[in-house]
Amino acid sequence: MFLKKVALAGSMTAFAATAGYACEIGARVSIVGNEFAAIQAVGAAAQECTGASVESNLTSEHQTINVAGLSGNPSEYTTAIIANSSIVALMNEDVIRPLNDLVAAHGDGLQSNQLIKIGDDIMAVAFMANAQHLMYRKDVLEQAGVEVPTTYEEMLDVAKAIRDQGIMQNPVGGAYKAGWNLAQEFNNMFLGYGGSHFQPGSAEPNINNEAGVNALNMMKALSEYMNPDFLTHDSNVTNAEYRAGNVAIMNMWGSRASQQTTTEGVLDEVKAGHAIAGPMTVGGGSTPASTLWWDGWTVGKNISDAEAEATFIAMKNGIRPDMLNDETSPLAVWLIEGYQPTDAAQGVFAAAQMGTTPYPMLPYMGLLHSALGNELSDFMQGKESAEQALADVEAAYRAAAIEKGFLQ
Amino acid sequence: MRHKTFFWFFLPTGLAMLLFIALPIVSVVIQSIYAPHPAVLVEVENCTPLVGCTTETTIDQDATAALRAEKPLGRFVGLDIYFDRGHLAIREVREIWANTASWGDMFDAFGNLPFYRAMAFTLTFVAIVTPLTIILGLVIALAINSLHRHLKGLMIFFSLLPMIVTPLIGSLILFWMIDSRGVIGTALVSMAGDPDFSLKASTGLMWVSLIVYGVWHAAPFAFVVFYAGLQTLPSDQIEAAQIDGATRWQQVKYVVVPHLMPLVTFVALIQLMDNFKVFEPIVGFNASAHAQSLSSFIYNDLGGETRQLSSASATSVITIIGVAILLSPVLVRTWRDFKGAR
Repeated sequence: MFLKKVALAGSMTAFAATAGYACEIGARVSIVGNEFAAIQAVGAAAQECTGASVESNLTSEHQTINVAGLSGNPSEYTTAIIANSSIVALMNEDVIRPLNDLVAAHGDGLQSNQLIKIGDDIMAVAFMANAQHLMYRKDVLEQAGVEVPTTYEEMLDVAKAIRDQGIMQNPVGGAYKAGWNLAQEFNNMFLGYGGSHFQPGSAEPNINNEAGVNALNMMKALSEYMNPDFLTHDSNVTNAEYRAGNVAIMNMWGSRASQQTTTEGVLDEVKAGHAIAGPMTVGGGSTPASTLWWDGWTVGKNISDAEAEATFIAMKNGIRPDMLNDETSPLAVWLIEGYQPTDAAQGVFAAAQMGTTPYPMLPYMGLLHSALGNELSDFMQGKESAEQALADVEAAYRAAAIEKGFLQ
Repeated sequence: MRHKTFFWFFLPTGLAMLLFIALPIVSVVIQSIYAPHPAVLVEVENCTPLVGCTTETTIDQDATAALRAEKPLGRFVGLDIYFDRGHLAIREVREIWANTASWGDMFDAFGNLPFYRAMAFTLTFVAIVTPLTIILGLVIALAINSLHRHLKGLMIFFSLLPMIVTPLIGSLILFWMIDSRGVIGTALVSMAGDPDFSLKASTGLMWVSLIVYGVWHAAPFAFVVFYAGLQTLPSDQIEAAQIDGATRWQQVKYVVVPHLMPLVTFVALIQLMDNFKVFEPIVGFNASAHAQSLSSFIYNDLGGETRQLSSASATSVITIIGVAILLSPVLVRTWRDFKGAR
C-alpha cells in the first residue's frame, strides 16, 4: 500500500514536471462522479492542483448520492461530473449554479461547444461525447461468411448465421439488465423507429404506439440470441462476456471501446478480432437506434464563492489540453481542444455524423426511464404482450409524474 | 416494581425511543401526505456539443423557489399517494373487480400491479422462510448440543458463518454460483440437458433461490437462541423422561420443545419482521425482474435519477402497518400469557 502510494506520488510529480503546468487553488474541491476510465483520468488531473485539498469520490452509484451530496449548506461535494441525463435531476433540485461569471474570469481555453447552455445560463462544461454503437468480432463474422450489419434486421441475420453454423450458441450481447439498462436499450430502439417519448410541449407519455411495439418486438427477437441470463447483464457483465469470447456482436458504449482489448485477461482471438462500427438503424429508418451523450462537470450552488472558483479552476485543470497523452487520448471522444481522434473513437463520431438523437434532456425523462426499467421485464420474459407492457409503463409513469407535479 | 421506580428506569430509554423512532415515523407520515409543488415549466434554448441548439423544456427555478418558500412542505395530497397505481392502486383494483370474468384473469390482473405482485412474493417468502428457519435452527441446536464438548466450539463457529458473512456478500456468492456459467448453473445445465436452461431466467426457480438464501442466512440466528435455551434445560426432567421410557423423539417433543416455546415465539417475532422487509437478496441476486418487496420499492424510489420522496414515505408507512398486522397474533398471545401469569 505504502509502496503504491510512493510510486503514485512519484509518477504524479514526474507528470506535473513534464507538463510544466501550475494549478494553484485557494479552497477545498470535492468531486463526485461516475466510475469509468475517462472520468478517472479527469479526476486524477484535477487532483494535481495544489494549495488546498482535492478529493474525489468516483462510483457507479454516483447518481444516487449526488443530489443529497450537493444539498445542504455547505454541501459535501463542490462539483458533480454528470451526463445529459443526470444533469436534469440536479437542475430540478436547483443544486448547481450557472457558470457564466466563472467562464468569463477563468474560462480561456475552453471551446464554445463545451459550454452547456440552458437558456442564457451555462450550467456545465462538457469534456467528452459518448454513444452506443456496434462492436463485433471480425474474425467470427468472416468465419460465418456474413457482412458487418448496418441495421438491426441484418444483425438478426448475422446472429442466426453464427448460431446455425455452430460457431457460438448465443452470439448477441446486450446490456439488458432489468432497470436502467433495459430502459436505455428501449430508448435506443424506440428513437430508431422514429418514436418520440412525450407528446409535443407536454409531460404526457407517448410510447404506447406502433414505434413502441416495434421496438419491444425487436428487443425480444435479439434476446433470443443472448445468454438466457440477459435480464441480469449490465454493460460490465456484457463486456466480460465479449472479452471472454462468448459474444460476437453487440451494441455497446463508445467509452468502453478502447478497454475491450487492453483489459487484463482478454483472450488473444478477441484482441485480434475486435472491431467497431457506427450505430445501426432499424425498421428502415435513417436515424440510428442509439442516443448521443455528453459527459461534463458542474459546480454546486450551496458552497462559498471561493470554493466555487477553486472548483472551476481545478476541474478546468482536469480537462486542460495537455492532459491528453498516449494513455488518455484513446479513453474517450474528448471535446477538448487539440484532441486527435483515435481508432476507438470512430463509432461515436459515426454516431454524431449520422444524426443520432441526443438523450432527451427533459425534467420528467428520469421518471419515464425508471418506469420503463421497472415494467418492461415482464414482456421480455414473455409474460405479457407489448401493448400491455407499454400501457403499464405509461400508467406507472403517470402516477410518478402526478406525484412530482409534472402532470395534473 | 413500583410504577414510580419503573418510570425513572424507563425514562432514558423512552426519550431515546421518542427521539430516534417515534419522531422519524411522524416525519415519514407527514412526508407521505405531502407532494412536491406543480412544476413551473419554461421553454428555453439548449445548446449542447455535437448537436447544436434546440428548444427544450426545463423547470423555471425562480418561480419554483417562490412556491417552495411560501409552502416548504409542498402541496397537501392526503392519501392520494397511498391510493395511486404504485401503491394500493384503488382505482385499478375497482376496475379489475368490475371487469374480470374469472378468478384466473383477476389473479393475472392483480399480478400486473406492482404493490400486489410485491406482496405476493413477500408473503410467500415470510410464510416459507420463517417456519423453515425455526425448524432448521432447532435441528442444528439439538445436533450440536449432543456433540462431544471438544467438537462443540468448532461446530458452533461453522454454524454461525452464514450470519457472520455480510448479507450482500453472501447473496452475491450464491448468485455467482447459480449463474449459467457458475458451478451450480453449469451442473444444472448438464443435468437438464438444455444449453439454454437458466435458473436466473425463471421466476419460480429465482423464488426458490431467494428462499433458500433466506433460510441459510437466518438459521444461525435461530440456532444461537435455541442453543442458549438448551443450556437452561433442567437435566432432572430429561432423566425422569428417560426413566419413564421415553424415546429420543418423545423427549424432544414433550420436554425440550415446550421448554423452548417462549424462545420460539421470540424468534418467530424477529423473523416475521425481518422477512417482511426482505431486501438484500433481491439486490444481490439481481432479482428485480422476478421478485420485488416493499423495501426494494423504497430503494428504487430513492435511487432513480428523479427521487420520489413522497412515494418512498408512503411505502414506508405501509411497511410499518404490514409488520404490525403480521405481528399482531404473536403480540396478542404474549399479552394474554402476561395477563395469565399475574
